[in-house]
Amino acid sequence: MDFLAPFIEVYTPEHFKFLLEGFGVTLKVAAISIVLSFIIGGLVGTLRYARIPVVSRVLAVIVETIRNLPLLLIIFFTYFALPEIGIEMEITTAAIAALTVFESAMISEIIRSGLNSIEKGQIEAGRASGLNYIQTLRYIIMPQALRRMVPPIVSQFISLLKDTSLAVVIALPDLLHNGQIIYAQKGSYVIPVFVIVALMYFIVNYALSLVARRLELKQS
Amino acid sequence: MDFSILTTNMDSLLEGLKITIIASLIALLGSFILGTLLAVMRIAPFKPLNWLGTAYVEFIRNIPVLVIVFFAYLAGNFGGMTAGTIGLTIYTSAFIAEAIRAGIMSVPRGQMEAARSTGLTYGQAMRMVILPQAIKIVIPPLGNQFINLVKNSSLLAVVAGGDLMYQGDLISAKTYVTFDTYVFVALFYLILTIPLSLGVGYLEKRLARSN
Amino acid sequence: MFKTKKFVTMALVTILAALFLAGCGGDKASNESSKDVLAQIKEDKKIVFGVKHDTRLFGLKNPSTGEVEGFDIDLSKALAEEIFGKDVKPEFVEVTSKTRVGLLNNGKVDAVVATMTITEERKKEVDFTDVYFDAGQSLLVKKGSKIQSIEDLKKGTTVLAVKGSTSSINIREKAPETTVLEFENYAEAFTALKAGKGDALTTDDSILYGMAEEDPSYELVGGTFTEEPYGIAVKKGNKELVDELNKALKSLKDSGKYDEIKDKWIKN
Repeated sequence: MDFLAPFIEVYTPEHFKFLLEGFGVTLKVAAISIVLSFIIGGLVGTLRYARIPVVSRVLAVIVETIRNLPLLLIIFFTYFALPEIGIEMEITTAAIAALTVFESAMISEIIRSGLNSIEKGQIEAGRASGLNYIQTLRYIIMPQALRRMVPPIVSQFISLLKDTSLAVVIALPDLLHNGQIIYAQKGSYVIPVFVIVALMYFIVNYALSLVARRLELKQS
Repeated sequence: MDFSILTTNMDSLLEGLKITIIASLIALLGSFILGTLLAVMRIAPFKPLNWLGTAYVEFIRNIPVLVIVFFAYLAGNFGGMTAGTIGLTIYTSAFIAEAIRAGIMSVPRGQMEAARSTGLTYGQAMRMVILPQAIKIVIPPLGNQFINLVKNSSLLAVVAGGDLMYQGDLISAKTYVTFDTYVFVALFYLILTIPLSLGVGYLEKRLARSN
Repeated sequence: MFKTKKFVTMALVTILAALFLAGCGGDKASNESSKDVLAQIKEDKKIVFGVKHDTRLFGLKNPSTGEVEGFDIDLSKALAEEIFGKDVKPEFVEVTSKTRVGLLNNGKVDAVVATMTITEERKKEVDFTDVYFDAGQSLLVKKGSKIQSIEDLKKGTTVLAVKGSTSSINIREKAPETTVLEFENYAEAFTALKAGKGDALTTDDSILYGMAEEDPSYELVGGTFTEEPYGIAVKKGNKELVDELNKALKSLKDSGKYDEIKDKWIKN
């Protein structure tokens, strides 16, 4: 029974409310970041696909650099280093900015490979039927590619939800941060807090992964 | 750029780089072994093993790696580097298990039956016939997981694991030169990850061509 | 052909990234419109204090109520009222040892009241008021530990500290043989001590008393081995605000209000 005592002490309505507040911040930051990443990543991915001379090459360099750096470094950098050159953000903005930069690079790759998966012949066919390049992309390639991209994008959202936890290093009051505040009260609280925090992440992410799987099945 | 940051702190940065590399390599090896075991569990002809393997993979894949690292550190009796490496192994093994399972599934079913009919046990058939073929398909995703490992090893910094990110953190806190310090740390990471990305890209191309 | 192109791209990635980042580093923007903080406070009718959220007795967020509580918070409220009366609302934002200077400089907080020691090094970055609290660095250990003073921190011992704090620099000077592990904040450092990750935790005695009160199986040993005068920090170049704070601090001390707040939190 000794083992269970801290669980009973930790699992109070006040603590649950406090954790849910944190989870609200996690979800909010993740939702805003995924929307922004989708817009920026979509643009970057399409521009790279279109092989516009200099632009595509420069974007490739930026995307590859970001993809090969740890997210933790990008978060630290956004919050602690950018103010040195006059770019200053508060915690939530910095967290969203850092996540958006990182995830946009990831999503641009999903978009690019989705576009690449549509046979090139279709562009020619579209052009031959009198559409211009942009129209072909928009009416023929994009709708097919987007359908294929939905499952990986949902998976990326799961990654983003998990990645949001890294913002605890800049004191974003998210789920993990609020969990830390609770277990800081007493050594024996560590395990009960981690159990509940992990479960909360799991429930939401697992539900999302089921959605992603269903979408994938529908397509094949 | 303030290159004196780089020269005066080279020793601690190199020490951090060493720990980053060692932690990533050990975690890769550990999660490869654990991941293979989990993959075999998930397809073994024994339901309880399937459930156990599936439960592990699904649970771990859906929680943040930072939560696992903190937990390994605070609940276990390990130092920061060891706990961090264990946490990374627990997390990455779930992804490697999925990659290996996909690899095994890609080997035609008939091969297992053929191998069994020659008198091999399930374990032997798996080890000598199926896994060697699956590995080829699994190598590029394994490479990607290794890149993720190198990047995720930066989480050692939050449990005082002594890695590259941790050293960079201490240098920036000590010198107040944050921007330049982080740029140098970023370059150190790129030195590790860019060649790995190149290698994985090359393998993917070659594999695509051979099929 | 294709491979060469790919390789050139990747090589370019590294070089351009370096140049891009280096370029950014080159032109450190001088701090933009340095609008007077005091005027801004009066205009907004609110003053934002940067306080700790993880430091018992000084600034601790209570998970049950969601409120921040402690000496720094009560003192901030009293100072705000002393200077501005009821017109200006005090607000509180979380800072850590690592974030407080940055938050001051970017104007997210107007004043930092967060167990911050006045040092020559920091005076180059921010402006300080007079001393509002005298602390000193000490050690916290589990009761019955073989560590009883700083002399016991020999080779093979491990001390826990917080990134960006003066105490982590001091301990390396005063006990060069010990291993120092640094964490993001005090809560993490104390959790690590409780999890057996080190022999002692070092920081200011004022903060350590809070930890010992929270968990009585830990105690302070060896007295203090540095002087840590706490000051309120404001963005550099805001002399008027510093003067106002100093005046208010003095009148709180004269009226006995300061002692009242101090006695409420610090019992030693």
